[in-house]
Amino acid sequence: MKLVTAVIKPHKWEEVREALETFGVTGMTVSEVSGYGRQKGHTEVYRGAEYDIALVPKIRLEIVVDDADADDVVGIVVKTAQTGRIGDGKVWVSPVDTVVRVRTGDTDGAAI
Amino acid sequence: MEEVLDPGITAWMLTSASLVLLMTPGLALFYGGMVRSKSVLNMMMMSFGAMGVIGVVYVLWGWSMSYGESVGGFFGNPFDQFGLQGTIFDDAGEYVLSGGLPVIVDVGFQATFAIITVALISGAIADRTKFSTWMVFTGIWATLSFFPLAHMVWSGGFLSDSADGLAAMIFGTTDGEATVGPIDFAGGTVVHINAGVAALILVLVIGARKGFGREPMRPHNLPLVMLGAGLLWFGWFGFNAGSAYGADGAAGLAWVNTTTCAAAAILGWLIVEKIRDGEATSLGAASGIVAGLVAVTPAAGDLSPVGAIGLGLVAGALCALAVGLKYKLGYDDSLDVVGVHLVGGLVGTVALGFLATSGGLFYGDGLRLLVVQIAIAAFAILWSAIVTLVIALVLKAVMGWRITEEDEVSGIDALEHGESGYDFGGVGGTRRGSSISTPAMNTVTEGADA
Repeated sequence: MKLVTAVIKPHKWEEVREALETFGVTGMTVSEVSGYGRQKGHTEVYRGAEYDIALVPKIRLEIVVDDADADDVVGIVVKTAQTGRIGDGKVWVSPVDTVVRVRTGDTDGAAI
Repeated sequence: MEEVLDPGITAWMLTSASLVLLMTPGLALFYGGMVRSKSVLNMMMMSFGAMGVIGVVYVLWGWSMSYGESVGGFFGNPFDQFGLQGTIFDDAGEYVLSGGLPVIVDVGFQATFAIITVALISGAIADRTKFSTWMVFTGIWATLSFFPLAHMVWSGGFLSDSADGLAAMIFGTTDGEATVGPIDFAGGTVVHINAGVAALILVLVIGARKGFGREPMRPHNLPLVMLGAGLLWFGWFGFNAGSAYGADGAAGLAWVNTTTCAAAAILGWLIVEKIRDGEATSLGAASGIVAGLVAVTPAAGDLSPVGAIGLGLVAGALCALAVGLKYKLGYDDSLDVVGVHLVGGLVGTVALGFLATSGGLFYGDGLRLLVVQIAIAAFAILWSAIVTLVIALVLKAVMGWRITEEDEVSGIDALEHGESGYDFGGVGGTRRGSSISTPAMNTVTEGADA
């Protein structure tokens, strides 16, 4: 199993979710996060004082999938979240040892 | 001639007093939204603390020092009507009346002015000031700076049109009054210049916040700021239209001038922002409202509404420019009490020399009122500066003003008030001494042992 983590632009989240659902992803964990990459931050002005705000709001998706689906899921996220402008985000895949469904105690493939 | 109670005036003045009292919680919201989330409660508590101290002090000696028997034209004798003795009832046991109004109603109205004036200062010293020192400061400062200036300006003292006053010294007297009497309708000198100068002096004595000018100190909740500005505007009707001391056309004129000036000041501030920064901000609109209200305070009864538009535009624009000065000059007036209240108060007080419908330069009455207005503003600045400096230095030596740098970084709310402004999580922690948590934890421990 793999954990696919994606950090994307907030306004792309609905599109990504719909595309993943169409593909067959039945659930995910979503958080509102902030951070920065090459995009850096943005500027805000309060009573004439300009501040460089380092952190930009993003959406983080976490999805556990079968090994065979990992590449497809990554592909869907990249395709739908892409605007081509700086700050589109990142997707990464990491191995997962065990998954347990709390309600039933099912493990691994049956728990996804 | 015997005084007769005027129910219309009395009803309006009770309403006005209530409106002005609401300004202080409004100010707490206005200021509270502008600080970082870790110090919102302290910021608001400085206003509420001022309500506590001044609300008590005012009936003890505040009224007497403002409107009691004059000591040289500079302040009232605090023992003359200490605890409002002799203020409320006459010898026959009837309520004492003045201008159709029971004097006790005026006591309430004036107390609310003292409260808001002291609270205004707190914005300058946000995030870093010991609450205990602030609380002691409020009572002493009101006693030595606010009550005396209220006496000088509004009770026939040194800054009024009295024959012994400053204005009489400059252009002489006519029929026992200063030939050119100064104008401070609702408190440009007493309230705004006074609080603005005190704020500047306190900031210089107390020093800047850690990271000032470098770290982002963004407002954490602009909707609170907008709500506070709205409440201040609403309360200001009591402040200005109430200062007409009548339920009449003069009160109506003050009301319209107040609203017109605040409206024009929004535009003045936003135009400066749009040109200088590229955006018209919500903080700018809220600040413009307050700048306009401050500027119209001394002038509300003596302007035409068209004059109020000019005053508002100038006040909004000038204050928008003035709030940037602290970065250039390096003083941490955290929420711009100097830039808004001192500058706005000066704009309004001095502008009367041009815009007063009776006595102003633009109405063909020459420069004399302008000279008098500048003179009373200068004297108010001097008085407030000296008094505040002495109090601030004494308190610095005796109590200290600053919390530790570590506490400042982790947030003053937890240190001074033992609370957090916001709890979005609700998870973690148990009530100290609660009986539910302890057995539950024991069970877990036993289970682990087994």
